[in-house]
Amino acid sequence: MTAVPDIEFRGVTKRYGSVIAVSGIDLAIPPSAFVALLGPSGCGKTTCLRMIGGFEQPSEGVVFIRGRDMAGTPPYRRPVNMVFQQYALFPHLDVADNVAYGLRQARPRLSSREISLKAGEALAMVRLAGYGRRKIHELSGGQQQRVALARALVNKPAVLLLDEPLAALDKKLRTDMQIELQNLQREIGITFVLVTHDQEEALSMSDFVCVMNGGRIVQLGQPSEIYDEPADLFVADFVGKTNLLSGKVVGLSGKLVEVALADGTVIAARKRTSLAQGEAVSVSLRPESLSLGAPGSGRLNGLVRNRIFLGSTAEYAIEVQGIGTLLAKADHLVGGGNLFKPGEPVAVGFTAGTPLAFPENNGTNQRENKNVEIVS
Amino acid sequence: MSAGTGAAFSMRSNVLRHNLLTALLLGPATAWLVVFLVLPFVAIAVFSVGERAPEGGYQAAFTLAQYANLPARATAFWNTMVLAPAGALACLLVAYPVAYYLALRAPERWRLILLALVVIPFWTSLLMRTYAWMYVLGGRGIPALLAYVGLEDVRLINTPGAVLLGIVYGYLPLMILPIYVSLERLDRRLLEASADLGATPISTFLGVTLRLSLPGVMTGFSLVMILLLGEYLIPTLLGGGKVFFIGNALVDLFLQSRNWPFGSAIAITLVAVSVVVLLAANRISTRLSGARRVDLI
Repeated sequence: MTAVPDIEFRGVTKRYGSVIAVSGIDLAIPPSAFVALLGPSGCGKTTCLRMIGGFEQPSEGVVFIRGRDMAGTPPYRRPVNMVFQQYALFPHLDVADNVAYGLRQARPRLSSREISLKAGEALAMVRLAGYGRRKIHELSGGQQQRVALARALVNKPAVLLLDEPLAALDKKLRTDMQIELQNLQREIGITFVLVTHDQEEALSMSDFVCVMNGGRIVQLGQPSEIYDEPADLFVADFVGKTNLLSGKVVGLSGKLVEVALADGTVIAARKRTSLAQGEAVSVSLRPESLSLGAPGSGRLNGLVRNRIFLGSTAEYAIEVQGIGTLLAKADHLVGGGNLFKPGEPVAVGFTAGTPLAFPENNGTNQRENKNVEIVS
Repeated sequence: MSAGTGAAFSMRSNVLRHNLLTALLLGPATAWLVVFLVLPFVAIAVFSVGERAPEGGYQAAFTLAQYANLPARATAFWNTMVLAPAGALACLLVAYPVAYYLALRAPERWRLILLALVVIPFWTSLLMRTYAWMYVLGGRGIPALLAYVGLEDVRLINTPGAVLLGIVYGYLPLMILPIYVSLERLDRRLLEASADLGATPISTFLGVTLRLSLPGVMTGFSLVMILLLGEYLIPTLLGGGKVFFIGNALVDLFLQSRNWPFGSAIAITLVAVSVVVLLAANRISTRLSGARRVDLI
């Protein structure tokens, strides 16, 4: 990678007293990327974002923005802008003055004509032209969200930081905003760094997802990689829905392992780390890689417990003797020819190559931190 | 049909019961206000257009002579109109940094203790505390100490400065508390947002913190100002009759010279001024802070 990264973390650690929020993170975000920092609450993702914004200082290590060491640079001198959680719009200013706030801070001063022109453009960009004289409390949540976006983008930041920007919106609006954010990022071409605990949001919007857990980066990759090739059990479980089946390694052959499940069935699974003969493992099976059929036609036999019809697909909870309840997802065919009823016996099969085996006492915490860099 | 009327009836009786309860709850306070506030006010208003009886007190009449005579007490009005705003302003200048520190800078676990320290002086009567100042500022107090270092004949007591000092001392907590409340309620993320958008700490203070604490400032200011308009004790003790407030004029007129109508005219004028101050403060803070509603006290 030759281009200077927009954001770079080198050995960044953040401690609050004895609590370690972020632990030795190395990360480089190339220009013009849409990156999501994804993880459960308390994983350090927001702390990372706040260190880019300048609201927190690293206890160790350095944060670079476009190659410049940011140590000691206050938020108001950083070329980044943030869309805050719940937006933090100024209640005493109207929409136009909120958007113009950053422009008014510019030195040398901009002329008031220039300010109102730029603020107007920014409002038009988020489809709020004509809303300039509205009060903040007169706007809906979605409109406030867009004002917050305009207020940040009007300053032409090198990087836009988004702290759980969609968390306060209802589901329908959230989906619309996801598309809108994606379009905006492509249009403006600057780097977006999004913090979210919602894996769906991270997968759907970003070019790269950086999964964090316990103050460390667990995996970094394109959304499809994260979903199809999770680095460990935590990622497999956290990103998307999955079935985790415990078993024991009974055979090793190259990249594959033979795993004996609790009920004695032996299946072949791919492995991500080296596994030893006899080691306890969890096998991850995505619901959509399971297939249902007439009894006797698959690998496992079970009973349909529940059926959740979702329109284009249907989800089944299937009880398999000795293993537990499995979640399976099947496409819905017009006419409902492939629908199974609760109480019906079914056979469960799966596409070869989809099961992934992970060490049972999964080592997210012992995992050494390698230098992670996105290669686009 | 009958079920319908039954429902309507029970609804009406519900409304009735509700109204009765409201009346019961509001009754005592209303009676109190009518007897001790509205009636005396009406009496004063009536007195103010009357005449002084030859032996003192009130004699029925309808004349605006008392109001025409207001300039006779111009000094008292002047002193009040200058020292009340000046005192409120001095209070504000001292109180704001204290409130700011308490709300935004003080360590969380100290905050309550520090707030209590602000309020504790209230536990001693203002009279006692003002008396104490009489001695501190009087001949044997600070002037005596100054005389030791060669500064002879410094007079502190019975000056406007002494009255101002007494005012700031006595009313400071009333100014600190509302400002503290408005600063404490301030959403800290707004300060971060301001910094994020390139505002230096000074611009953030002026553009966000100060603006959003204005309702508190206005509440404190009008509270102190209104109380000062009727102040009697501090000018008497620390102004020694030389710095005369409207409050002192009123005591004098009602108790000494027994000119009730003239005293009433002054009192009515004072109330009118207070109302104007209050409305103006309310107006200003609503306009500046963009708040839809302003808590006055």
